[in-house]
Amino acid sequence: MFGNIDPALLIAALMVNSVPIMLAATGELVVEKSGVLNLGVEGMMIMGAICGFVTAVVTGNPYLGFLGGALGAMALSAIFGFLTQVLQTNQVASGLALTLFGLGLSSLIGQSYVGIKPPATGDLPLGPLKDIPFLGEAVFGHDWMVYGSILIVAAVWWVLKYSRLGLILRAVGESHEAAHALGYKVTRIRMLAVLFGGALAGLGGAYVSLVRVPQWTDGITAGAGWIALAIVVFASWRPWRVLAGAYLFGGVSVLQLNLQAAGSVIPVEYLSMAPYLITILVLVIMSSGRGKAALAAPACLGQNFHASR
Amino acid sequence: MNRRNLLATAALGLGLSFGGAAFAESHAKTKACFVYVGPIGDGGWTYQHHQGALAVQEAFGDKVEIAYQENVPEGADAERVLTQMALSGCNIIFTTSFGYMDQTNAVAAKFPDVKFEHATGYKREYPNVSTYNARFYEGRAVQGLIAGRMTKSNKIGYIASFPIPEVIMGINSYYLNAKKVNPAVELSIVWAFTWFDPAKEADAAKALIDQGVDVIASHTDSTAPLAEAAKTDGAVIGFGQASDMAEYKDGPRVSSIIDNWAPYYVKRVGALMDGTYEQADTWDGIAGGEVEIGEITDRVPAEVKAEAEALRDAIAAGTYHPFTGPIKKQDGSDWLAEGEVASDGDLLGMGFYVEGIVGDIPK
Repeated sequence: MFGNIDPALLIAALMVNSVPIMLAATGELVVEKSGVLNLGVEGMMIMGAICGFVTAVVTGNPYLGFLGGALGAMALSAIFGFLTQVLQTNQVASGLALTLFGLGLSSLIGQSYVGIKPPATGDLPLGPLKDIPFLGEAVFGHDWMVYGSILIVAAVWWVLKYSRLGLILRAVGESHEAAHALGYKVTRIRMLAVLFGGALAGLGGAYVSLVRVPQWTDGITAGAGWIALAIVVFASWRPWRVLAGAYLFGGVSVLQLNLQAAGSVIPVEYLSMAPYLITILVLVIMSSGRGKAALAAPACLGQNFHASR
Repeated sequence: MNRRNLLATAALGLGLSFGGAAFAESHAKTKACFVYVGPIGDGGWTYQHHQGALAVQEAFGDKVEIAYQENVPEGADAERVLTQMALSGCNIIFTTSFGYMDQTNAVAAKFPDVKFEHATGYKREYPNVSTYNARFYEGRAVQGLIAGRMTKSNKIGYIASFPIPEVIMGINSYYLNAKKVNPAVELSIVWAFTWFDPAKEADAAKALIDQGVDVIASHTDSTAPLAEAAKTDGAVIGFGQASDMAEYKDGPRVSSIIDNWAPYYVKRVGALMDGTYEQADTWDGIAGGEVEIGEITDRVPAEVKAEAEALRDAIAAGTYHPFTGPIKKQDGSDWLAEGEVASDGDLLGMGFYVEGIVGDIPK
């Protein structure tokens, strides 16, 4: 059934494919862990895509491009943070508005950047590792963002699970009243989480416009932000499951295209829906084991906090 | 059904009251409106339609007003957008994607005074609905010839969007004309199920390249497949789709199909203004100037280039039809006899692969 598909090339493709979703989902996970629901991931991603692209083209340096993408999306998320944390607006509505705003603004900024090629992001030189048969081609021949994204997931996991910072963040997300009573600055912590989420979404977006499709086109992220949002929920707010979900989604997406190209006998309709179906199915099964999946959501998710005492 | 009728009647009433007002002011200015399936910055399909819209503005200056809406999803949402446009005083509305077909006809029923022009469709249920299309399969034939001559692996690829006659026609024409010059050629088809999703289009191109394909044609709207081919340092070539995509000329793009809608749009809006407008079903190709073959670059050897240009000219002159028998269907049954050419009806309803293509068309 898998015909003449080269597994090494497949793994290589899925690792690249998953980076944008994984970064954006990890950022959103931190935001939601702090009790804020930001539905503007798509808007932040595309702002990251255009800001990163413009920075890279203007400076000629792809690394500065990623920085610019992160900063651009962070600026957009700051608007969301200001609206929801300071002005106490509805988070769902503000998040959706953020997506619409981001799509429009990116299109405006990008008008004179259509048809330009960005400077190439080089592969990370891993020396002899690259010569290992199979693994060298599949795992060790990527640009640095691929490895960077895995490190970020690991760091987020460690911070959330083992550090004092993570404990405070989770406390704020589980019960902002209690965290406030203990003297933690709920609004400030949530604001920082929102900014962090924006930066990661921006990195993910910049990866789309600088590496995966090295060009700028209106609407280039084409819904990746919504998939990132879904993965956070189905991964029941756990960083490694976000990574698994992103790899699974990326993997099945790449596999279904490869199966088509290789002339598979499976009808195309099933192949096309497979990434969505399989990812949701697997993550739901993973999360249902302990019967506590529903409890995994931060208790204060989406609730505004106003210090009344 | 009842509720729909009720809504239709209500909308008709609204349409009469608003439409009347709009008509009064239209003596001064004609309003031409455009519905786009993607963003005007896609560099392909929608970009070219918008160039046509700009040409209308250019041609008539102050006498016309242009309005457009980007990123309108195919399906129920389109009906809302179309109704909104008709209510806002548009005199002629161009709906520029196949998937607006039923919505265009449904809204046209409610606004008999507004002219509707649907691109690439075949339904004209009301006298105010016209359809227009371009014979892209003629351009596909030229691409197929280049692909057949240029491939080293004898594997050529096609990134398909949706299983509609338009796309299937393109696939068949591309394959038949590649096969004609290179009998060993094999065609891999990837269905992306989208008109516009740069990341997915790039992934589809990558999947084809990973399978050994070295010439890629695409039927989606962005330049992403060319960007992906550009990463192979010259091993893989491709074509500009819908627009020239000239920015990839020194890279993988060896030629292109350019959709030139401007003359048609100017003609139709002009006819509406001077009162000669009539319902029409237009289907022009290379000869009519709606389909242009973009410059063939130097990466193509001179003799192949000459051959491709000769094919283009023969199609334009009407001496060659890309679908000339004998052609069998994929299942081995006869379609066209020796020397017979495909009828337009057959082409517009095409729902089968020709013999030699592997795989099934998604339903």
